[in-house]
This record gives sequence, structure tokens and C-alpha cells, in this order.
Amino acid sequence: MNDAATIKAAPEKTALALEHKHERPLTACHWNPQSRFIFFGAEDNLVHRLDLTNRTAISLAAHDSWVRSFASSPDGATLYSGGYDGRLGFWPATDEKPQPIRMVTAHEGWLRAIAVSHDGKHVATCGNDRLVRLWDAKDGTAVREFKGHTSHVYNIAFTQDGSSIVSCDHKGMVIAWSVATGEKRDVASVDALHEYDTTFRADIGGARGIAVHRNGAQVALGGITNVTNAFAGVGEVAIALVNLADGKVERVLQSKGKKKGCIWGVAHHEDGFWIGLSGGGGGWLMFWKGDTDHEFHSLQLKNDGRGMSLSPDRTQLAVAHGDNHLRTYTLYEKA
Amino acid sequence: MKRPACNPAEHSHHRRAFLQSTLGGTALTASGLGGVLMGRSAIADQIKGNRRQVLNVFLHGGVSQLETWDPKPNTDTGGPFRAIPTSVPGTHICELLPHTAKQMHRLSLVRSLNTHNSDHARGVVEMTTGHKRIPGTDYPHLGAVAAKALTPDAFTLPGHILVRQTAGKRNVESEHHKAAWLGARYASMAIYDAKPPKIGDEKALAPDADQSRNAFRQRVNERFARGRRTADTEAYNFSFEQAQGLVEQRDVFDITKESKADQARYGTSQFGTHCLLARRLLENGIPYVQVNHADYDTHHENFNFHIEQLGEFDLPFATLISDLADRGLLDHTLICVMSEFGRTPKVNVRYGRDHWGTAWSVAFGGCGIQPGAVVGKTNANGTEVTDRQVDHGNVFNTILEAVGVDPGGEFDIGGRQFPIADPSKSSISELLV
Repeated sequence: MNDAATIKAAPEKTALALEHKHERPLTACHWNPQSRFIFFGAEDNLVHRLDLTNRTAISLAAHDSWVRSFASSPDGATLYSGGYDGRLGFWPATDEKPQPIRMVTAHEGWLRAIAVSHDGKHVATCGNDRLVRLWDAKDGTAVREFKGHTSHVYNIAFTQDGSSIVSCDHKGMVIAWSVATGEKRDVASVDALHEYDTTFRADIGGARGIAVHRNGAQVALGGITNVTNAFAGVGEVAIALVNLADGKVERVLQSKGKKKGCIWGVAHHEDGFWIGLSGGGGGWLMFWKGDTDHEFHSLQLKNDGRGMSLSPDRTQLAVAHGDNHLRTYTLYEKA
Repeated sequence: MKRPACNPAEHSHHRRAFLQSTLGGTALTASGLGGVLMGRSAIADQIKGNRRQVLNVFLHGGVSQLETWDPKPNTDTGGPFRAIPTSVPGTHICELLPHTAKQMHRLSLVRSLNTHNSDHARGVVEMTTGHKRIPGTDYPHLGAVAAKALTPDAFTLPGHILVRQTAGKRNVESEHHKAAWLGARYASMAIYDAKPPKIGDEKALAPDADQSRNAFRQRVNERFARGRRTADTEAYNFSFEQAQGLVEQRDVFDITKESKADQARYGTSQFGTHCLLARRLLENGIPYVQVNHADYDTHHENFNFHIEQLGEFDLPFATLISDLADRGLLDHTLICVMSEFGRTPKVNVRYGRDHWGTAWSVAFGGCGIQPGAVVGKTNANGTEVTDRQVDHGNVFNTILEAVGVDPGGEFDIGGRQFPIADPSKSSISELLV
């Protein structure tokens, strides 16, 4: 690992650092706050843990469907996994052979995303039952249920001050929920991230990636826009920057040359730029300052991306790829 | 004098229809248009007995067999969905069909189709004609064959109805089903978006004027046809007779006549209203009803879209099966749920599945079908058929045989013999009662 305090990110120098081959296509990844482990999901119903010290992986069984979301307690001791079986898993992240502490049936249908409060007390989940739910991180008991979305809830994040949970559904509806009271505040309807395909008679959209700006003012929602054929996935990558105070869509970040596909991962880097990962039209890492529509740098990857996680020291990215690989990328220039 | 271009039996049938129309026309002066046609109760009485009907639910675009009838959970191809038990012990289907699972004792599955095809248009043609597509050659659609074979002589409604949504720009659904050599009268009448067919502009033409116009048309037609009757002129005449039937019996197509409770049971989706309409059409004796549901062509995000599409399909379809059984209609109505092909076991990088005709499934049920049967098998991850491979021809013949039509028989059209189905194909005998 590098000393993050002395390294300034240089996105233009982003380079492949590590490749780990798995037996099946990956679906998600998550860099544990203790840095040593990267967890990933795949099309095999298992949680996988890659130990970066020896580059070996172990597989953890408990889910009954694909695992598509992860989060950790702030100290990295507990891993939370979310599956398409609707269950939320609690794991001792650093045990030699972790066994689930508990498996909570959190949603009817898919559990799509997990977020952990900054103080580590709460875990939030969302899913196809149109609900956002809040759980006690210690014992897994239900704390609160947030009703109001009218379609599958695709992603969630805690606001920077921890007072609210922001959620975005399939149709681009963004809602803020008070953690303390459950009060609902409609933030925005992000048209850029939703399309009803009149030919195929189906909706396509939603936030496949989500991140809150480090200053707390904006939430970034990544997805697909300008869809011309939903069932072939013909559309362009996009990240909508939504002002959390007034709900205004301040900018829709797109790519030079209108890259095809969907944004599957979003992060905000403390050095002042947004990172987006795309898949579905080839894999790309893209970097935006946020003050213009187009990226200042992009890097084509070996394969489509499906999930992304920034390392705890903010110097690297882990990417889950559709070609059975977990790859990491350095965000600085190697000495 | 030219000979009529139709066989004697057909000729006599047409003459009956013609006389009925003429007699009705005479009656018009006294009793109005209502005298032209038999009432609904008379039709209902008439179609009892040897009544056989077909309901074909066509899932356009290629529904995934793995997300419906042949799930392979926790395999490299299985996708994220689980298999659930059904009302048939030992038979599991995908968790996306929880309501249909409760009706599986009324349905049967064939899990071993290999149609050697991954082209939409070809798949639609081959599954609905039972023949390999040959450019430049049209075969009659299943609906046309069924209508020809199953429509009672005095039946005044169309024998072949297609219930579908309005076509989209890239939609692969055919607008109408061809009757080919059977003649245009057996081609489909399409009902779009569950709206009753519009016959003329009622406001623009008063009933008396309409009757006068029809009487004049009939006189002119009769003079024209004298000595040169052909299948086309017969079809032309029939279309007008049928139009009159539609006007008289338009309620048959109006689902608002169904109870509010039933409308609620079928749900507000368009497919729900189409299923309710299908029930109404079958109750009124329509020999062949096809309900299309689109679209399943999920090259991208197959799983999200199957949640959406099958979420729309499952409850109305299960409600329809249950209602047909409760009302005794399933005894004489064959059900088939088909597509033009299935979808690839391999999941692509966009979480999609592509076209796949190598190993996929079709569901059957009702008249002539063994309930709760599962015929054929694929391997552990669904990449090939391992037992009882069948194709579109076998499916086509099975449907016909189940409703009492000999697929090895022939139609006599204008003195020429045409095979009812591909004579080189057999029925799936294990599936038949």
C-alpha cells in the first residue's frame, strides 16, 4: 500500500495493477476498510474474499442467489452482503473462515443495494419491493421502513451528515428519508436516467451507481441515458449530479464520443473529481471534474465493468468485470 | 360457364351462409339487422357437443426457458432466480411464475425443443405453421388451420382472432396471420389493445342506409360471381357477412361487459385485459384465439426485463387458466404458451441472454393434453436436449391432434388436396390423453 497522505491522485496515469481470475463473471466488489481484503460477488451465489497479501481467495456460502451489493462497518470488522435472494448477510469480515453472523430476510424480491451510516450504527437496504429499510447494525433488527417509491429501488446512500438516506428508483425518482423520523422528501425526478421504451413496452433506468459528494451538496446517480433500444441496451453512459438541497439536476455528466452502455459504479474522490465505471458497451473508467459535461480522462478496460470500489486510502480502484476477473487499478503515477 | 373454384362441401357451406344472409336480409325490413344472425344463445347451443378450441399465448421476442419452464438455479447458466415447487409434486418452475405454479396441475411442459433456429421471423413462422420456412412459400398459420377445421358451419363470428398490442416500430409481431391456401376467410382478425373492432363509421351511415348498401352489394356480387365464383370472391362475400356479424355481436369483444370484480382479478395491465378478452372470446365459441405478449427479446438485462414482463404475464395467465377450468372450458380448449425460440443459457456481459433455439420449452394444457406432465429434458445447465428432442412440427401436430384434428389428414381446397400439417412430423404422443 502507498501512503495516501503523500500521494495525489493522477487519474490520467490510471493503470492496471492486479488481475484475479474467477470461475464465473463477477457482479460486484467491495474494498474492505482494513485494506487487506476485497470482497466480490459473482454469478454463483457466493461471497468471495480476495486476500491482497497473498492473492488467494476463499468463497463463503449463505446466499441463495447472486450477491450484488456489499458494505462494511467503518472499522471493517463486519461485512454486509446483499443478495438477489432478498437477504442481508452479516459476516465477520476478517475471520480466517468467516461464517455468517446472521442472514436477515430484508426484502421481498431482490435486495439491490446496501449503505452503512457513517457512525456504523445503521445499515440501510433497498430492493424490488419498492422499500428502503433501516437495520440495527449490531443485532440486525429492523429499525424503520421507508415507503414511497413506486418502482424497484435501485440504490441508496447516506448523506454526508448522516441525517438522511437518499434513494433512487428504476424510474429515476430520488427521495430523501429522515433517518430519525422517517419523513419523506421528494428530491427530484431524474428524467435523464429513465426511459419507457414504447416498442418493447418496458422501463429502463435507475441509478446503477450512487455516491455523495464529499462536501455533502450533491448526489451522483449513474446509469444509462438516451436509450434507443432498451432490450439491446443501446444507450449512453450518464451520471446525473443532483443538488440535494433543491433537487435541481445541476449537470448530467456524459462522455466524449457518447460511449455506449451504462454506469455501474460512481465514486467521488477527495482530490476533487468524480469517477465512473461503465459496462454494457465495453468497459471504461471515466473521470470528470464536475464543472463540464465531459470527462477529462477515460481509460478503456479489458472488459465491461459491473461494480467498482475505491480503496480505503483512495489510491486504487477495484473493478468487478464480466469476463470472470477482478482487477485493481492504481490512480497515481508509479515511481 | 366456369366451374366454381371450390369443392362441393365448401360450396354448399357457402351457399348456406349466403342463403342465411339473404334470408336475413329479407327479414331486415321486418326486424332490423338482428334478424340476420343467430342469437348468442343459439350459437352457444350449436357449438356445444364437439366443440374444440385453441388458445395460443405467444410470448414474442423469445421468452427465456430458464426464467420460466426449465430453471437451472445455481449453475453457470442459471441466472439469479430460484426454482419454486408447483402444484405438481416434483415439478419446479422459475420463481417469476408463482401464480402459474399453482396451476401447473392443469398444464404440461415440453422441455426439449430444438428448433435449430435463432432468427425471430423464421421462428415465428415455423412455430405457428409447423413447417420449415421456405422463402416464397406461405403455409397456413395454426390459427387458420384451427379455424378451418373447428369452426361450426353456421358460426357467424371470426374463427381466428389475434389479440395483440399496437405494433411498435421494431416489433417483430406479424400484423395478421396468413391463411395461405386455406383462403383469406381463415386469416386472423386482429384486435388491438383490447378495443372492440370498428366496423365502419356508425355516425356517418344510418342503419337503413347501411342495409340498403349491403343489399345492393349482395345483388352486384351475386351477378359478378355467377359463373366465376372463386375462393377470393367467397372470402370477399364472407368478409361482409362477418362484418355484419361483428356489428351484431360486438359485445363479444367488449370486456367492459365483464364484471368489475373480474376486471380487477385480471389486473390493469394490457396483458390482463387481453386475457380477460380471451376468456370472453372462448366463452363465445371462437375456435382459435391467440394472445400475444411482448416483448421478451432481452439481449440486455434479461433478468430485470423478465421480472417486468413475467410479472405482467403471471397473474392474468394463471387467472385465465383457473377460470377456464372453473367454467368447464378447459375440457374443450387446448392451451399453448409458445415463443419463436428460447434464450441462450450463457449470460452475456450486459446481463442479457441472446437468441437460442437449441434447447427450450413450451407449455401446454387443457383439451387432449395429459395434465401435469413433463416431457423431455435438458442437461444440467440447459445447453442441450438430452431426452425426447422435438421441434416446431411436433408441437404443431400435437396441438391439432389434441383438439381432434388429424394432422396427417388433408384439406380439399378447390379440388386439390393440401396436407393439414407437415406429414413428416409426428405428435408428441406422451403429451396426449
